[in-house]
Amino acid sequence: MNWLTNNVLPRIRALGRKKEVPDKLWEKCPSCGQMIFHRDLEEAQRVCPHCDHHMRIGPAQRFAAMFDNGDYSLIELPEVITDPLKFRDSKRYGDRLKDARSKSGDQDAMKVAHGLMGGNHVVIAVQNFGFMGGSMGLAVGEALIAASKLALAQEAPLIVFAASGGARMQEGILSLMQMPRTTIAVQRLREVGLPFIVILTDPTTGGVTASYAMLGDIQIAEPGALIGFAGPRVIEQTIREKLPEGFQRAEYLLEHGMLDMVVHRHELRASLLRLVDLLRNREAKRIVAAPAPEPVAAAEASAENGDKHG
Amino acid sequence: MRNYLDFEKPIAELEGSIRELEATANGSSGVNIAEEVAKLRAKAEQQIKLIYSKLTPWQKTQVARHPDRPHFGEYVAGLVEDFTPLAGDRAFADDKAIIGGLGRFRGRSVMVIGQEKGRGTEGRVRHNFGMARPEGYRKAIRLMEMADRFGIPVITLVDTPGAYPGIDAEARGQAEAIARGIDCCLSLKVPFIACIVGEGGSGGAVAIAAADRVLMYEHAIYSVASPEACAAILWSSPDKTQEAAEALKVTSKDLERLGVIDTIVPEPLGGAHRAPEEAIRTLGDAIEAAMAPLFAMEAGQLREARRRRFLEMGRVIGA
Ligand SMILES: [Zn+2]
Repeated sequence: MNWLTNNVLPRIRALGRKKEVPDKLWEKCPSCGQMIFHRDLEEAQRVCPHCDHHMRIGPAQRFAAMFDNGDYSLIELPEVITDPLKFRDSKRYGDRLKDARSKSGDQDAMKVAHGLMGGNHVVIAVQNFGFMGGSMGLAVGEALIAASKLALAQEAPLIVFAASGGARMQEGILSLMQMPRTTIAVQRLREVGLPFIVILTDPTTGGVTASYAMLGDIQIAEPGALIGFAGPRVIEQTIREKLPEGFQRAEYLLEHGMLDMVVHRHELRASLLRLVDLLRNREAKRIVAAPAPEPVAAAEASAENGDKHG
Repeated sequence: MRNYLDFEKPIAELEGSIRELEATANGSSGVNIAEEVAKLRAKAEQQIKLIYSKLTPWQKTQVARHPDRPHFGEYVAGLVEDFTPLAGDRAFADDKAIIGGLGRFRGRSVMVIGQEKGRGTEGRVRHNFGMARPEGYRKAIRLMEMADRFGIPVITLVDTPGAYPGIDAEARGQAEAIARGIDCCLSLKVPFIACIVGEGGSGGAVAIAAADRVLMYEHAIYSVASPEACAAILWSSPDKTQEAAEALKVTSKDLERLGVIDTIVPEPLGGAHRAPEEAIRTLGDAIEAAMAPLFAMEAGQLREARRRRFLEMGRVIGA
């Protein structure tokens, strides 16, 4: 048994992994259709080198890109009641959850880590759209509450990357209750003067947008991200009209006063470093921080990006 | 003419016969029908009892949306003296889907806020079927903050299919308005009672319902999504609405068990729409009873207790 687990199984697993690589050597950009070499795409944090389309990325890539030298510590998140309603549609929610867990290796749709960013201690929470559409149930709620508690204990800013289709419907009213619960997590930070910065990524809708994701001291979005309360299909069905071009995209929200800025993924870390330094009234750490882009130019650049694939 | 729901058919038939009998008795004298009418009445009451004692979640949804169910206007007329509506969000418009104002409830100044679905075609359109836009939530926030400044308790009456999903609502920040509404609810230092009186529809409901005590009518519903929306999303089929209503656990009993609401307010036999005055009085008594202990609490302590209640929600669930 020992020999089997130590020698054979890892090799089988390695084989399994090798098989996946050729499929992923090239990836097609969903926006411009160009083929991109997998490694180039990963190096570009999954921003298309041809059209600047920002593809979805998960917690591990976010953490690696944000923390100094990619060094960070994940925190263990509180366990929550699984399937509190014993919900079942065409499939048991319990089974859906199990599938999502084994596919991702994660417990649920949010991960929390802490570490240094530009030498400042920060806590970062990342919502994973790949895990059941990033939907918010008890687990995501507890994760955000835990992130806020950690930020309080470390007197650190909290940075949240939101990505979610909304509430985890299979947890019924308890998923709705995550809206007040996560709001309290934000209030705790506000009341002691710790920065809470939100980065809205594609897509952020529903109960997530209508709670912590719209309560940041600073509201940032990635170019082209879909952001709204009601989903575009629901709106179309309700008003029976075609939606205007670029509706509910990051650039549209910026124009309507709902955001502070739209920032290209490659400039996010530099922007966050600068904002944290400024909010905490600290001298800029020029060694690690990239030069600040002209704010006007940045806004224009992202507006252009939006035009390309809005 | 009374509006009957599809499952109320047996009741409709009996009450129809009663009306017919009474009509013939008025025309031809000498026929003694009193006994017959009394018999039918007893039978109808039996039927109502039978049907209403085992309403399915979908039937409760229908009762919660019943066209004759009391609305914000009737609750205020029945419970609040000197009601003085206050309009506008001071930024864009006055949203008539949410009404609010000052008044006196059982001798005390209160701020009352709630959704109004409107009656009749014209009324429903004017109040947008109780679906608020951002300016509605921003008006509610303005009024809650005012109540807080003057030490006046807040009562909200929740009855909405949800926040309005429209282009204009999104353009003006529907999500932000709801988020700030919840934020405001959880910042108040005055006693705050929320009552789910009809439909508690999703974020549009919780935006004015994150209160110290949440009361809910026996046949009201409170849900993350309407059974119709849930069926469309999770079953990809509109015929699965009943299953969705069932699975979502939307009834007052479910929500009490899940620790989301504090008090179930009983409704008159056959629902609040059958005896609105009695229903409204019962609600008033329940609000008064829920509010009384809150006055004994110091302001900061009250707010912290409210937050803790929400933080504890869903961590332990009773059997
Ligand atoms: Zn591309």
